[in-house]
Amino acid sequence: MKRPTGAALLQALGPVAAVALALIVGAGFIAAVGKDPLTIYAKMAAGVFGNPYGIGQVLFRATPLMFTGLAVALGFRAGLFNIGAEGQLVVGAFAAGVVGAALGNWPAPLLFPVTLLAGMGAAALWALPPALLKAKLGAHEVINTIMMNFIALALVQYLGHFAFEHATVHTAPIGEGAKIARFEAFFPVFQGSPLNLSLVLALAVAALMGWLLWRTRFGYELRAVGLSPSAAEYAGIAVPRTWIVALCLSGAIAGLVGANFVQGYKGYFESGFSAGVGFLGIAVALLGRNHPLGIVIAAVFFAALSYGGFVINTEVPKELVEILQAIVILFAITLHVILERVLRRRA
Amino acid sequence: MNDSGFIVALAFLAQTVRISVPYALAAVGGTMSERGGVINIALEGILLLGALGYTMGAYYAGDPWIGLVTAAAVGVGAAAVHAVVTVVFKADQITSSLGINLAAVGLTRFILKSVFGSSSNSARVAGLPEWSLGGLGSLPGLGTLFGNPLVWLAVGLVVLAHVVLFKTPFGLRLRSVGEHPEAAATLGLSVPRLRTMGVLLSGALAGLGGAWLAADQRSFTDGMSGGRGYIALAAMIVGKWSPLGAAAACLLFGFCEALQIRLQGRGVPNEFLQMLPYVVTMIVLAGVIGRARPPAAVGTPYDAEEK
Repeated sequence: MKRPTGAALLQALGPVAAVALALIVGAGFIAAVGKDPLTIYAKMAAGVFGNPYGIGQVLFRATPLMFTGLAVALGFRAGLFNIGAEGQLVVGAFAAGVVGAALGNWPAPLLFPVTLLAGMGAAALWALPPALLKAKLGAHEVINTIMMNFIALALVQYLGHFAFEHATVHTAPIGEGAKIARFEAFFPVFQGSPLNLSLVLALAVAALMGWLLWRTRFGYELRAVGLSPSAAEYAGIAVPRTWIVALCLSGAIAGLVGANFVQGYKGYFESGFSAGVGFLGIAVALLGRNHPLGIVIAAVFFAALSYGGFVINTEVPKELVEILQAIVILFAITLHVILERVLRRRA
Repeated sequence: MNDSGFIVALAFLAQTVRISVPYALAAVGGTMSERGGVINIALEGILLLGALGYTMGAYYAGDPWIGLVTAAAVGVGAAAVHAVVTVVFKADQITSSLGINLAAVGLTRFILKSVFGSSSNSARVAGLPEWSLGGLGSLPGLGTLFGNPLVWLAVGLVVLAHVVLFKTPFGLRLRSVGEHPEAAATLGLSVPRLRTMGVLLSGALAGLGGAWLAADQRSFTDGMSGGRGYIALAAMIVGKWSPLGAAAACLLFGFCEALQIRLQGRGVPNEFLQMLPYVVTMIVLAGVIGRARPPAAVGTPYDAEEK
């Protein structure tokens, strides 16, 4: 099954070429508003990677994208398209906020894991209905996870009537023991940056997922189901059960986005905090070729773009980066197919 | 029921239809695309782009009818991107749709800021003229409905789409490439061409749906599609991939929304009504209320070389 290294290199070329092409198209947009593309891109790069504050911002924004990217990729590996990460992470973050506040006076060694698990558990539970419907009735998970996104928003809005502090859209502050420490506590260079240890958690989840997928029996089964459910079933793998576990695990990982925001940043759940990182996770998984390492890199890249937008906002509307991200996606999937075809011809 | 109660009921009915118009246009668009075998989750983005298209057309030409044309054209343009990526290059249809949705959000904001210098809304533009229709337009309660040319256009397009899909050779061919592209190809049909047609039709229809939003409000506001593209997708499923069915589902969803607006601030939790379309869709998809079966080859790229 192992491809020659030349082919692997050619495949890695896809995402890189997609980024390059997107930057070229983006240059057209910059020129259209009367600015010099090279100057703008240089300014963006300097603002993003030229100082510790910028790097802190990028890594802080990359953390949730790592979680959602890994979540979506785990689904993909099992042959499932989880468009529901957005809803799952909202429900998860809300649960973490409520539990972290309700049990606020518990000691940290108890409160911390309970809050974290509440977030993961609620998010996993939110992935369960689409998983069951897929496994038991063959209902397509794409539509069901999209529907669950909207149900999640309405549900949290409803529960907010009881859980939100008076005249706000956020929950009560969580207990000190539930909080995740910020980088500035250890590295003074990150003073004032919201970057927190959730980043380490995200990297750990990435490593764990790599281990799960390629070093365990379950991971092997999961990938087999993803490649061909019928072949996997013939080989004696319980396909429905694998789907259910995979989608719930995917949800649990997405739920960790709440850890970054609720436990690492704000200290409470706030309505509308996520701003689409669940959807962007799909792009991250795609660009990272569903590989944990690729996802970490892709998450940093997308985060750099999104912070880069703020850096140049006074000269070019920051929405330029949303256009860039979209173009990267479209080029990446197109180039992927083209490269696959080239490889097949050579083989 | 007394007279004023009757008028309130009529006004409620009119509101239901008005809410349903953009849903129906987008849902019928989605139906045309999926019947041809191409998933189109980009309806949301195309609605948004169509709304901006109408606004720009009406703004620069000073004529709402030009706005209508530009809205449809912009919709077709966005759909063409989807068609090139998924039909010509055979890349993943869901991901391409999501990419277009993301692009639509960025692009509309970018243009809003560059042209109107605002991050939230455009300048005011003309809405469509109201027709009097010899007294129909001044009927109590229903007047705003009958007087609106877009309502008639939408009703006409829904019926037309249904007839085209089920009563014409083109419709039969479109459905055949969505059900069994290999068989269609053996009969000498061009699968890519037919699929592209389906996708482009969905762009035109959803673009007009976006035009309704902007024409109704007489301006463009950031994110004004507000998830309607996904409701349309749900309606397409509940309507079992038929234009009339999708339109009926849109009316049901529109009714729920009108009810929500009516009940606002009366101590009834709105959120459960808000969830209803999505829950109904999941139930229908699960096969509890009659099985909803998507076109057999939907989502699968057709690659003649592989066969």
